[in-house]
Order: sequence, then C-alpha cells, then structure tokens
Amino acid sequence: MSHAPLEPNWPARIAIALVALLALVTAVALAVTIGEMRIPLSIAFQALGNGLFDLGYPVSAIQQGVIFDYRLSRALMAALCGGTLALSGAILQALLRNPLAEPYVLGISAGASTGAVAVMILGFGGAVLTISGGAFIGAVVALLVVALLATGAGGSSDRVILAGVAGSQLFNAATATIVTTLANAEQARGVMFWLLGNFGGVRWPDVWVAAPVALICFGVCMLHAKVLDAFAFGADAAASLGVAVTRVRIVLFATTAVMTATMVSIVGTVGFVGLVIPHAARFLVGPAHARLLPACLVIGAIFMILADILSRILVPQQILPIGVVTALFGAPAFALILYRARRPS
Amino acid sequence: MTLAAHDVRWSAERRMIVDGVTLRAEPGRVLGLIGPNGSGKSSLLRLLCRLRKVESGVVTLDDRDLAAMTRRDLAKRLAFVEQQASTEVQLCVCDVVKLGRTPHRGALASWTAADEAAVEAALERVDMSERHDQLWHTLSGGERQRVHIARALAQEPRELILDEPTNHLDIQHQLSILALIRRLGVTCILALHDLNLASLFCDEIAVMHEGKVVASGAPPEVLTEGLIAHVFGVAVSIRAGASGRRHIEYLIDPPE
Repeated sequence: MSHAPLEPNWPARIAIALVALLALVTAVALAVTIGEMRIPLSIAFQALGNGLFDLGYPVSAIQQGVIFDYRLSRALMAALCGGTLALSGAILQALLRNPLAEPYVLGISAGASTGAVAVMILGFGGAVLTISGGAFIGAVVALLVVALLATGAGGSSDRVILAGVAGSQLFNAATATIVTTLANAEQARGVMFWLLGNFGGVRWPDVWVAAPVALICFGVCMLHAKVLDAFAFGADAAASLGVAVTRVRIVLFATTAVMTATMVSIVGTVGFVGLVIPHAARFLVGPAHARLLPACLVIGAIFMILADILSRILVPQQILPIGVVTALFGAPAFALILYRARRPS
Repeated sequence: MTLAAHDVRWSAERRMIVDGVTLRAEPGRVLGLIGPNGSGKSSLLRLLCRLRKVESGVVTLDDRDLAAMTRRDLAKRLAFVEQQASTEVQLCVCDVVKLGRTPHRGALASWTAADEAAVEAALERVDMSERHDQLWHTLSGGERQRVHIARALAQEPRELILDEPTNHLDIQHQLSILALIRRLGVTCILALHDLNLASLFCDEIAVMHEGKVVASGAPPEVLTEGLIAHVFGVAVSIRAGASGRRHIEYLIDPPE
C-alpha cells in the first residue's frame, strides 16, 4: 500500500482557478466602468496602468480620480466584504450545523455595529480603541451572549438561531439607544446610513486594512477545511474522529468575529450574503470545505461587486445602501432555504 | 491488553450517572452493555472514548491513561459509532466513510492511495461497496448504521464502541448488524437493549443498574431470572431454545 498522494487533477484545478479569476476581473472591470460617469473600458485600463505602474497615459485628472481612487478601491472593498462574509457564513453553518447560520442572523454583525457606534459616538475607549477594535469587541460580546443564550435554551441547532434573533434585537436596540440619545442630528444621519451598509466612504487605506485580514482569515479557515467536514455528524462525531472540538470552535469563532468586525467597521452591516452564498457555492462545488471555502470567497466577492453596481444604478441620481440590495436578493433566498430545510417525514 | 475502566465516576446536574464502574474489554471479543433506560450505558460509553471527562477514576488503553493521549492518536486507535447520528449536509456514502480518515491526515495532506484503500476495504466489510456514490439521506436506517460502522472501520481502530447500534431497526437488520459486528474481529463494546440479542451475540455481558455494574461475565452466568427481575423489574423464564441456544421468555402474566 503506497502513501504517495493520488495525482491531483492539476489541469482541471488551474482551469477552475483561471475561470474564477477571469470572472472576478470582469466584475471589477464592470464596476469601474459603470456609474454616473460612464467611462470606456480602454480609459479604465489606462487609468489603472497610471495608478498602479505610473505609465503616464493621457487620462483626465477627474477620470483618473474616479477610476482609481474611487471606483477601484470601492470594487475591491466590495469583493473583500462579500468574500469574507460568505466565508464566515460557511464556517458558522458547518460549526453550528444549521443552514441558516451567518454573522447577520446570529447577531454578530449587530454586536459589531454596537461596538463601532459606541466608539464613534461615546468615544468609548478613548484614542486607544479604533472603530474596528470596538467592532471586534462588540462582535465577540454578541457571540458570547448568543452562545450563552443558546446553551441555556438547550443548545440544539434551532436554539442557536432563536438566540441569534434575540441577540440581534438586543444589540440593534442598544445601537438605536446610543444613536437617538447621544448623537447629534448629523452624526445620527451618518450612522443610520452606515448601519445599512455603504461602500460610499471607502478609500484605499480601508482596502489595505481589509485585504490582509481577509487573506489571513482565509488561510486559517483553509487549514481547518478537513476538520469542518468532520463536523457533519455533530461535535461528538468530530471529537471521536480526533478533532480538538473546543480549540477548533474558539479559533474559528474568533476568526469569523474578526472578519465580520473588520467589514462592519468599514462598510456597516450587510445581511444575507453570508447566508445565501454558501448555499449557492455548495450547489456548485459540493459540501467538502476544501473546495467550498475558496468557492465562497470568489462567489461572495463577485456577488457583492455586482450588488454594489446595482446599488449605484437601480435608482437614478441616488445610491441605495448595499444592505438594501443584498436583502432584496437575500430575503427570498432565505425563505427558499427555510422551505427546503423542512424535514420530509 | 485493551480498554479498561477503573472505578470511573461521572455526574450530570448533581446526579451520579456513572457511579464507580470497573470494566475490562478482552482483545478481539464483543462486550455487551445492558441495562434499563437511564442506567448509564451511553454515558459510560462516552467516558470510555473520552467524549466526556471522568470525574474520578481512570480509563486506560493498553494500561496508558486515556486522558494523556491526544485526540488524534486516540481516534487512530478507537472508533465510536453513535446512536443514529444524522446530518443535513448532502453527502455520498463514500464521503461519510472518508471522514474516518480524518485522524490519519494532516491539515494539508492530500488524499493518498492508502486512504482510498482503507475506505474501499471498510465499505467492503460492511457490504456497502455498491452504494459507494449513493446519497446518505436516501439510505434506510440499517444502511446508515452500516455506513457509520464503515466510517469507524476506515479509522482502522483496534477498539470499536457502539451505542445501541440496533436501535429503531427491524429485526432482520438488527440481526445482520450484530452478525456484522461479530465478524469484524476488533474489540467491541456495545450497548444493547434486547436481552436475547445480547445473549446471542456477545462474548461477555456487563449489566448496568443505577450507574453501577451489578454483574459481568459470560451471558449464561450473568443473565439469570433473578438478576433480570432485580434489574429490569420483569419476570422471565430462561430455557433452551429451538437451536439449543438459551432463550429468555418474558412472562407477562406471572403466576402469583
């Protein structure tokens, strides 16, 4: 019996990776050309060349600014946000064994926004705590509250969702209380707009924060791909397959909290991406996490870029919050998953 | 040498569930654990494979303390088949059996010929090779139990622990699952409900009552009319059956 690895199908793998990359680049290309100011693709590429390699193409300063500083950073941020939220959803669905689990449904996003708002408006933590830091603490607190509620209620996988609903309400109420009692009118307007998800304020520094977080977290998740498969029959089954269940749970819950908190602190809460994309990805590549997790990252990224384009062009002269667009797709998909999760008895 | 428990205790919500159990499995033999509902069988099995932590006492594998082993090393030695574990994930039969290779593979290891061979051999042993690509949730209860056993065998264990593997199966599947377990040749500890089946298929029997092992040994020595009346609270008559094996008959209208 040989212990040599079976030949992985490299040509197929490379082909899939190329198709994924091409789809991603196409989505980004669409995102930088479509908008209030229509810019031809050729100019867009020249502007990219100028921005990245200083090639010196004759592109007007306005177009250069719109393409490179505004739309490209925005599109990349949308990609990072969609990818990590979908990844978080896939991880939570596997660990909690519930098809409805995701950061938004479980109240992790709500907790992160409470933390972020507490830092923004209350000045909580002084100069030491950044908005991202506040969001992370909020996300972890929300995760603990929901875990505690769920365990207290019997710990079954349906209870987790109920606890998540309760947690979301609690943290949304806390956010609303802070905003209505302590924020001035201008702050309140800004926060409310941000809460629904908004890529409008995204600039390059945000991308430089989000990109490494997304990459590192993706790496951590990929290292646990096989272990996540072992959770298919529950935590006891995983433990009897040699998985250190408690350690894995802590590491992966913390990883989802970091991803969610980073995205919420930059973009605000965006619902349903984490819920819908993993199901779509499972439909395409199957349930094995070694393939599912990269698929979630890519499909989530493309979905969010397209959703952002829609948010800019759906209503002329106006930008819809991104959370509104994802909910328009996500709510019916949520209903569909609920319907399909019925146990045929 | 194999798996043994020495004066093991475990409680839940201040109630003693497993109360000072000492038990020893014999290599290659089938040890049956019987007892009424709530007598602590499932909890004891979970202590034996370290899914729960013993509060006092020690579980040993080859005279080594189980608690000192890593989860992964333990999973290469000892496999556990739960009572009716199910999943929402859309898995094929082979995907489920492949999970048994988890303890043998590192985080970045690719699937090897040895892994593939272990999966195929396990499916062969439970007679499910033809169902290789069938979806898990289209299987019957008995077939699911076979796949779970194949998953456990893919771990290449020397000890196999099964929690009521025949629960909710019809009699034909109960018999075929138990016959299969007997044929495996690995050390087995299994919880059972049916006294006749336990008597037919186990080399040794341990009887649990209120968290304690009240009797253990070969089935004819252990399963007596007196013990069954004491532990299960039912009257029985034990006599030679048609095949010369012992038959336990339940007396539903006991003589006054």
